[in-house]
Amino acid sequence: MEMEEDLFSNSHVIEKLDAAEASQDQISAEIASVHAEYSKGVDDGAAEETQPRIDFSPYRSSLLRHPTKDPHHVDPETIELWSPAFGHQDVHALESDLTIQHNGEPMGERIIVRGRILDGDGHPVRNQLVEIWQANSAGRYIHKRDQHPAPLDPNFTGVGRCITTDDGFYEFTTIKPGPYPWKNHYNAWRPAHIHFSLFGTDFTQRMITQMYFPGDPLFALDPIYQSITDSKARDRLVATYDHNITSHEWATGYNWDIVLTGSNRTWMEDEDAE
Amino acid sequence: MSEQKLTATPGQTIGPFYGYALPFDKDNQLLPPGMPGSIRLQGTVTDGAGDTIPDALLEIWQADADGNIPQRTGSLVRDGYTFTGWGRTAVDNTGNYTFTTVNPGPTEAGSAPFISFVIFARGLLNKLHTRMYLPDDEEALARDPLLSSLPEERRRTLIAAREADGGLRWNICLQGEDETVFLTYPGA
Repeated sequence: MEMEEDLFSNSHVIEKLDAAEASQDQISAEIASVHAEYSKGVDDGAAEETQPRIDFSPYRSSLLRHPTKDPHHVDPETIELWSPAFGHQDVHALESDLTIQHNGEPMGERIIVRGRILDGDGHPVRNQLVEIWQANSAGRYIHKRDQHPAPLDPNFTGVGRCITTDDGFYEFTTIKPGPYPWKNHYNAWRPAHIHFSLFGTDFTQRMITQMYFPGDPLFALDPIYQSITDSKARDRLVATYDHNITSHEWATGYNWDIVLTGSNRTWMEDEDAE
Repeated sequence: MSEQKLTATPGQTIGPFYGYALPFDKDNQLLPPGMPGSIRLQGTVTDGAGDTIPDALLEIWQADADGNIPQRTGSLVRDGYTFTGWGRTAVDNTGNYTFTTVNPGPTEAGSAPFISFVIFARGLLNKLHTRMYLPDDEEALARDPLLSSLPEERRRTLIAAREADGGLRWNICLQGEDETVFLTYPGA
C-alpha cells in the first residue's frame, strides 16, 4: 500500500471536530425555510437563482467563510480574458480511466460518464483540462481526514483527468461512488457525487462543482446540494442515465453536460466554424 | 459580447477531500525558486473570526515579467523552463500559501499589473474571484478603473505589500471588517 501512504502524507489533517449537534429535522427545517422564502420571492417577481447561496447556514461550515459584501462588478481585463493552456503533455490519455490505475479491478459498479462542456453562448470548450475526484464504491476517500470506517480499495484512487475534444466532449471510466457520512449534523450523509474541476476559454469561467446521480434518496436531506435554492438549477447537477453510453457487459453509462459562463472574449470567425 | 444563451451549471464547494486529487508536483512554482527574477508571493487565508483556515485551495494566473499573456502548455508537468503563468496551491495547516513567481509586467502601457486569483475552500459553496495588484506603480494604481471605483478602505484589500526580500505579501480575508474585495464578471 505504498501508494496510499504517499497520498496520505500529502493530505492535510484538520483536527478540529465538527459539532454534529443539530438533528436532520432541524437542518431540513432550515433548508425548507430558505427555500420557501426564495419561492415566495420568485412569485413576487425576484430573479431566479442559478448558483448556490454562499451564505447558507444549514451548511454549518459556510457560516464564517462566505463574504458578506456583494461581489464587485468589473469588466474582465487582459489576463482574465484568457485561460491557462493545457495539452497532452500535461495529461496522459489513460488518466481518464480510473479503473486501470492499479494492479487489479476496483470494487463496485463500473460506469462511463460522458458529456459536453459548453460556454454560455453554446460554443464547445475545446482542449481544456477537466479534473475529477471521488470516493470509492464504499463511500471512502483516500484522505487522512476521512475516518469513515468503510474500506479503502487498493485498486482505486478516485482521481482522473482528461482534455476536452475539439467538440468539447469529456469522458471518464470510473466506479460509481458510494454515499458517505459527514459531521455537519447528526446522521448527515452526502448523496453520491463526483467532483469536477473545469476551465473555460477565459479565467473568469473557472469552476468547481459536483455531479450527482439520478434518483438519489439523500438529495432532500443534503445542505450542500440544497444550497442551490432553485429546483431547476439543482437538477442541472444531476446526470442522466444513458443506455447509449452503457457498454455491453462492461459498464453503465451516464451523460452530464456542463455549461460555463459566457466568454467575454471576442469570438473569432474561424473558432466558430465546426 | 453577447447575452448568455445557456444557463450556467451551478458551482459547488471543493469539499474537504481534494487533497489527494488537485495538488500536483511543484504546483506553486511558476518557476523554480532561486531562478533570477523569481519572487516569493505569500499570505494567509482567514475566516470571519480572523482565524486562518487550513483547507482552501488557491489558483493564480498572470502575465510574464514583460506583460505577455502566456499560452504555453505544461503547467502540470513543470519542466523548469517554461513559464506558463498558472499556479495552484493548497494552504498549509496554518492557513499560509506560497507561490514562486515573477512580478507580472503591465499588459498594456501604463496599466497596473495584477495577478488574477480564484479561491476555493471547504465551507465556501462557490468559487471566489479577486485580483492582487502590485504595489509599486502608484500612478498606475491611481488610474486603474477597478481600484478607483472602490472606497479607500476596500481598495487597499487588493494591493499587496512589497517585502524586504523583494517578495509580495497579500492576505485574503473571506469575511468581516477586512473582507477582501471579490469580483463578478458580465455573464456570471
